[in-house]
Amino acid sequence: MSKLSIEAVGKLFPARGATEPTRALTPTTLAIAANDFITILGPSGCGKSTLLRIVAGLETASEGRVLLDGQPVMGPGADRGMVFQSYTLFPWLTIIENIAFGLRERGVSERERRDVARSWAERVGLKGFENHFPKQLSGGMQQRTAIARALANDPKILLLDEPFGALDNQTRALMQEMLLGIWEREQKTVMFVTHDVEEAIFMASRVVVMSARPGRIKADIAVDLPHPRPYTIKTSSDFVALKERLVEEIRVEVVGMH
Amino acid sequence: MKPLQPVTAQARISYGIGFFALFVAAWAIATLGGFVPKLFLASPITMVEEGWQLMTVHGFAFDIAITIWRVVGGFVLAAIIALPLGIMMGAYKPIEAFFEPFVSFARYLPASAFIPLLILWAGIGETQKLLVIFIGSFFQLVLMIAVAVGGVRRDLVDAAYTLGSSDRSVVTRVLLPNAAPEIAEILRMVLGWAWTYVIVAELIGSSSGIGHMITDSQALLNTGQIIFGIIIIGLIGLISDFLFKWANQHLFPWAAR
Repeated sequence: MSKLSIEAVGKLFPARGATEPTRALTPTTLAIAANDFITILGPSGCGKSTLLRIVAGLETASEGRVLLDGQPVMGPGADRGMVFQSYTLFPWLTIIENIAFGLRERGVSERERRDVARSWAERVGLKGFENHFPKQLSGGMQQRTAIARALANDPKILLLDEPFGALDNQTRALMQEMLLGIWEREQKTVMFVTHDVEEAIFMASRVVVMSARPGRIKADIAVDLPHPRPYTIKTSSDFVALKERLVEEIRVEVVGMH
Repeated sequence: MKPLQPVTAQARISYGIGFFALFVAAWAIATLGGFVPKLFLASPITMVEEGWQLMTVHGFAFDIAITIWRVVGGFVLAAIIALPLGIMMGAYKPIEAFFEPFVSFARYLPASAFIPLLILWAGIGETQKLLVIFIGSFFQLVLMIAVAVGGVRRDLVDAAYTLGSSDRSVVTRVLLPNAAPEIAEILRMVLGWAWTYVIVAELIGSSSGIGHMITDSQALLNTGQIIFGIIIIGLIGLISDFLFKWANQHLFPWAAR
């Protein structure tokens, strides 16, 4: 049985005044196996973020349903950790307190909270920054903290909404390697939304390509590149071939919109 | 000078003191030079002499204390009720929809216009003075606190929900700490406004306080005392402002600009 099943989930934004209701997402069906790393690739405004937010429970689907371990998703919860594109660390909490936020919600003892949070801070490379406030950290470090904060809750699935979208290229590449390393070690089910073709391939065991608005799945491609994946794999012939294919898939969509 | 180029801390202080000195100098020239009749404006020297008289002979320190007590008392009463109400309004939209129109209306009712009515209801004792301050600050506080609490970034709330927060803990662990520095800033501002109300309240039907001294001095044409009273109010305002700023910096280091 799949870990997450998205069953004919669609989203229609209601009409406002004289305008027609807008369809953001055509009913979409997608199953994600346990410990899979799925990237959802699509042009801006294709509804990929909407789909992710429905899985997170932050938005309600207009039709269809989402099942996690066979249980329907009713609203947001700690079993689905989320990392946003915008920096969403709580500015009044230190890095360690941010990472421990979800544990505190669950009533975990202070001692255990500190131990778990420290260990995650170390795993994402933030050792020595535990007592800093978010504004003292760079964008990349803030997103590392956001990933640690989501993972410290030990969610059943990790949802990421273009988490590296606001970072510069070098930082972005480092973050991709770090996240992939964590996934290789920890075995997590991950759903990762991006509009960057290279990122989609590098991270994924499966790339799901979405069409322009209203979004629907137009391709579902397994990525059979070996693990662990060093960054040098981005220049290998298999990678380049896959990239060419996906760039073409996306190009058709973007051209169609203009 | 270049636009927006910062000045050093030392230069800032000397410029600030510089204008004070210039102001007092202009005042001294106007009065001591005989350009303004003594009847209308006392000179800085007369003002200091009168002030000394007030403090040593007329027990003005007691008036200052009573005025501070009135401002702080009325303001604390207003804040005790305005804080929970403002927070609830900021967090829960139906509560906001229920109270907001009335509070917005009440905010424009001038507190000083209530003084005759309050004298009728509560006499000319302390209750009346506290009520003037209360009316003057309560509605402002409620509205501004509600806006501060409701102005939280939506994605911070989303993040809290995905980390397992309940509705209640979104209020206590996200909305409140997020708004805390702004609420402290609102308290500082409204306390400043409360000072203007207390003097007005003391001008009418009062037998003590800085405002009362000012009306008395007007009857005696003692402009030196009036100016001394006004300067004392300014100084107290400056000190309380400084204390608030200092406390905010230490309470909310993460929010410092």
